[in-house]
Amino acid sequence: MIDIFLDITLLTFLAITTVAIVRITNLVAIIMLFGIFSFLSAAVFIVMDAIDVAFTEAAVGAGISTVLMLATIILTKDQKEKQSVGRRSWLPLAVVTVTGAALVYGTRDVPAFGDPQAPAQTHVAPYYIERSVPETGVPNIVTAVLASYRGFDTLGEVFVIFTAGIAVLLLIGDKRRKSTAAMREGDNYDV
Amino acid sequence: MTYNLILRIVSKTVIPLISVFALYVQFHGDFGPGGGFQAGIILGSSIILYALIFGLDAAEKVIPSIILRLLASLRVLIYAGVGLVTLFLGGSYLEYSVLADTQIAGQHLGILLVELGVGIAVFALMLIIYFAFAGRGRP
Repeated sequence: MIDIFLDITLLTFLAITTVAIVRITNLVAIIMLFGIFSFLSAAVFIVMDAIDVAFTEAAVGAGISTVLMLATIILTKDQKEKQSVGRRSWLPLAVVTVTGAALVYGTRDVPAFGDPQAPAQTHVAPYYIERSVPETGVPNIVTAVLASYRGFDTLGEVFVIFTAGIAVLLLIGDKRRKSTAAMREGDNYDV
Repeated sequence: MTYNLILRIVSKTVIPLISVFALYVQFHGDFGPGGGFQAGIILGSSIILYALIFGLDAAEKVIPSIILRLLASLRVLIYAGVGLVTLFLGGSYLEYSVLADTQIAGQHLGILLVELGVGIAVFALMLIIYFAFAGRGRP
């Protein structure tokens, strides 16, 4: 009962935040609303007992990506969204409405939350639930799956983050090679 | 950033707590919710909070960016290296059971090492990305 009340409250707040993000034109305010959106999502995940996901959502979505977006906004120094004047475009509205209706129609086939007969619960999940403690000795099934059964996938994820870090460093990172302007002036590309 | 007494005092109190909580999430991840990824992010955000309040230069004195790069690469290597070690011990790649005498102990050691690798790699990479973005704002 309390879960339904919490769900309705949180989802209402999510909807309000979304409308506010669409309506507001000040980019700094929009970023703050994105942070609030992430916090509300984290709360929804907690209600659904997905504490690990909620952790990540709160730290990454509300914390770090908000800071990164703020840093970007400060760099661009243009804190107003450009308004497209006057033209009402009906085609995008139609596309969005049709897609949304299709998605809502699709949810009719989604099994109920926590349904033990759902395909996701009948495939490998019973194996993990029954065998993960005797096989790995780790009470947290999520950790056992993440680090042991699916260790190879997690290795791939670490490499994805690593690649992202390298890409950021290469694109905007190194201050010591600050003389791109000087390079352009002298056409001295050997530096 | 302008000198703001309240922000400084509050963040000085909160940052150690965040860091300890990150360690808790890291090493308690086997038993409760959390794990390397979350711990790395939380520890990273504590340093980012420090950088926001006390300035980028102070934060880079705490953790120089060269150390961050070394940490990130080293930890990815450690993760992949655990896999290689298990290969050499006669198991398949990332099969932790061969790391110790019993299967449970091996799995425990493997998961701990791998989670530590993930945690520190994520921590270092988040800070690398943040420093790269924030460093652009400097004159």
